[in-house]
Amino acid sequence: MSQILVYVPDNSRHAGEILTLARSLGEVAAVAFNEEGAAAAAEYGATTLYRVNEPQVDSYFAAPKAEAITSIAQGQDWGGILLPGSDEGKAIVGRLAVALNRGFLTDISTLDSDGVARQDIFAGSRIVTSKVTDGFTIATVKAGAVNAEPAPSTPSEEAVDVSLSDDAKKVSIVETVDEPAGDRPGLTEADVIISGGRGVGSADDFALIEKVADSFGAAVGASRAATDSGFYPHKFQVGQTGTTVSPQLYVAAGISGAIQHRAGMQTSRVIVAVNKDSDAPIFSMADFGVVGNLFDVLPQLLEEVEKRK
Amino acid sequence: MDIVVLVKQVPDSGLERNLNADKRVDRDGSNNVMGELDEYAVEAALQLKEKHDGSVTVLTIGPDQATETIRKVLAMGVDKAVHVSDEAIAGSDALGTSSILAAALKRQDWDLVIAGAESTDSGMGVMPHMLSAHTGAAALTGARSLEVDGQTVTVEHQRANGYSKLEAQLPAIVSVWDTINTPRYPSLKGIMAAKRKPIESLSLEDLGVEAGTVGEAGATNEVLSVEARPERSAGTIVTDEGEGGRALAEFLVNEKFI
Ligand SMILES: Cc1cc2nc3c(=O)[nH]c(=O)nc-3n(C[C@H](O)[C@H](O)[C@H](O)COP(=O)(O)OP(=O)(O)OC[C@H]3O[C@@H](n4cnc5c(N)ncnc54)[C@H](O)[C@@H]3O)c2cc1C
Ligand SMILES: Cc1cc2nc3c(=O)[nH]c(=O)nc-3n(C[C@H](O)[C@H](O)[C@H](O)COP(=O)(O)OP(=O)(O)OC[C@H]3O[C@@H](n4cnc5c(N)ncnc54)[C@H](O)[C@@H]3O)c2cc1C
Repeated sequence: MSQILVYVPDNSRHAGEILTLARSLGEVAAVAFNEEGAAAAAEYGATTLYRVNEPQVDSYFAAPKAEAITSIAQGQDWGGILLPGSDEGKAIVGRLAVALNRGFLTDISTLDSDGVARQDIFAGSRIVTSKVTDGFTIATVKAGAVNAEPAPSTPSEEAVDVSLSDDAKKVSIVETVDEPAGDRPGLTEADVIISGGRGVGSADDFALIEKVADSFGAAVGASRAATDSGFYPHKFQVGQTGTTVSPQLYVAAGISGAIQHRAGMQTSRVIVAVNKDSDAPIFSMADFGVVGNLFDVLPQLLEEVEKRK
Repeated sequence: MDIVVLVKQVPDSGLERNLNADKRVDRDGSNNVMGELDEYAVEAALQLKEKHDGSVTVLTIGPDQATETIRKVLAMGVDKAVHVSDEAIAGSDALGTSSILAAALKRQDWDLVIAGAESTDSGMGVMPHMLSAHTGAAALTGARSLEVDGQTVTVEHQRANGYSKLEAQLPAIVSVWDTINTPRYPSLKGIMAAKRKPIESLSLEDLGVEAGTVGEAGATNEVLSVEARPERSAGTIVTDEGEGGRALAEFLVNEKFI
């Protein structure tokens, strides 16, 4: 059985997804730089855990982890290498590919034992199957594409000592600022997302979107028109240049449904649209749509939710 | 300060896009535009030049028609262009593209390279780090702000739940998101001036890149099939005549979300 090398950044849902995919392909060797990554490796069935001991790894941007993963990758013949479809995963995969002089795929949503992967391209409007021709797949896995299934294991641990090169220390992380997400779940973790668009009309009126979100224990999302207009912070933008989400329920209120927005939410299980324009493209993909003013429809929805609580 | 800005011509993301019979991006017709995030890279380069002097060069790899995009960038105020174009480049993967861009970057002096955080067609977002691996220059990607002070470059790297402040010494490679600035439009004067600005055309041979290592010949991956995403079947649409919110609540109860 082939060995699949997986970089596990933390103990998020996405980490579980990548490990679950890797398990379907072979024996999993996980690389972790912290306790959370190590915990995810054990929760999702890794047989080997590489623990990288290098206290400086989080002092510099991307390159140290790429260097450590490259040195582990070079040690043995792998059946494949999987990384998260995050900024960090992309930074690492680019560096790894140049160092190993090997091809790679980004944003895959499936991968079979023949190395054939599925990629959603052009804002999700086309699906391609592709493969790396030298029979060894390096890939980043799209968040939300795989169902994370725990399979607890006790991986054998191997401590890895690395000494960082000068090149790896070129970009210092001077400061890390977490902008408070409040009590709401994060966009990629939420089962329900209530999103507002330009139709919400103002930053003040986003309070209504937040109220609906809170009644569902949901995350709040926004279209680019809404974030560009300053109605809601940019980090909540859903879409091609924002976050790609795949919740159980996605409610789009006052969002027209431009292709770049649809690209970020079209794999949601159930889609609901509220829009006063019956011709809005969002309705063509909605499981349930209300043609109407969101300031009438959402308060009434809230009332019904409260009644049932 | 000498800046190189990377720009890729791509099919317009607002229009229908597809792969052609060779399973490559269909770049025919007039549906090509500058990569959307690259416009922000151009603007960032121009603003730095206005502050620190020096020159801005646009570098692109692409077929002849990419000249249209180069003209637009020159019209925005960039000084000169390098256009790498060669039949043998067609079908390149990211690895091949990175070695060509790296070879072009090695031919000239620069302090800073600025790119879009990702191209609008493939959206891989890998090129700046690949170029960092090739050239040894620092890579500070996904910037929502960018400052240069003497030899030090500082960016705010946008993250899903906040940002990180990154710092490095020049030479460096930076990629930018659309939160960084508002790109200018080319002025009429700029459009006229662009016609006289130099465009250097380079082949693989000029760059000393072996044709067999890039393009389809050197590609390490292959597209096997392409299909359109199945349309989601249209659901129930109701018009609100006073009961819209209740109808929605009922739907959500049936779906067990309430
Ligand atoms: C839909 C699609 C999917 C693809 N998937 C894969 C894949 O999985 N693996 C793979 O190896 N290749 C893949 N390719 C091919 C790959 O995208 C190309 O080889 C491409 O040239 C690599 O750059 P990028 O645009 O992806 O880079 P990105 O990293 O997304 O581009 C970032 C920035 O780099 C600069 N840049 C990128 N290309 C150029 C250029 N030609 N000239 C000047 N500046 C440039 C621009 O500023 C751009 O905004 C794919 C292409 C498409 C269209
Ligand atoms: C390269 C590129 C990347 C992009 N990336 C993204 C992205 O990541 N995410 C994204 O969202 N967009 C993205 N966009 C922008 C996208 O093209 C659209 O401009 C944007 O999604 C529109 O947002 P909107 O639907 O909120 O606004 P609009 O298109 O203005 O639609 C507003 C809607 O609200 C409705 N409305 C108004 N008032 C009310 C009311 N009181 N009640 C009910 N309905 C009402 C209107 O009928 C209309 O349909 C991108 C664009 C480009 C070119």
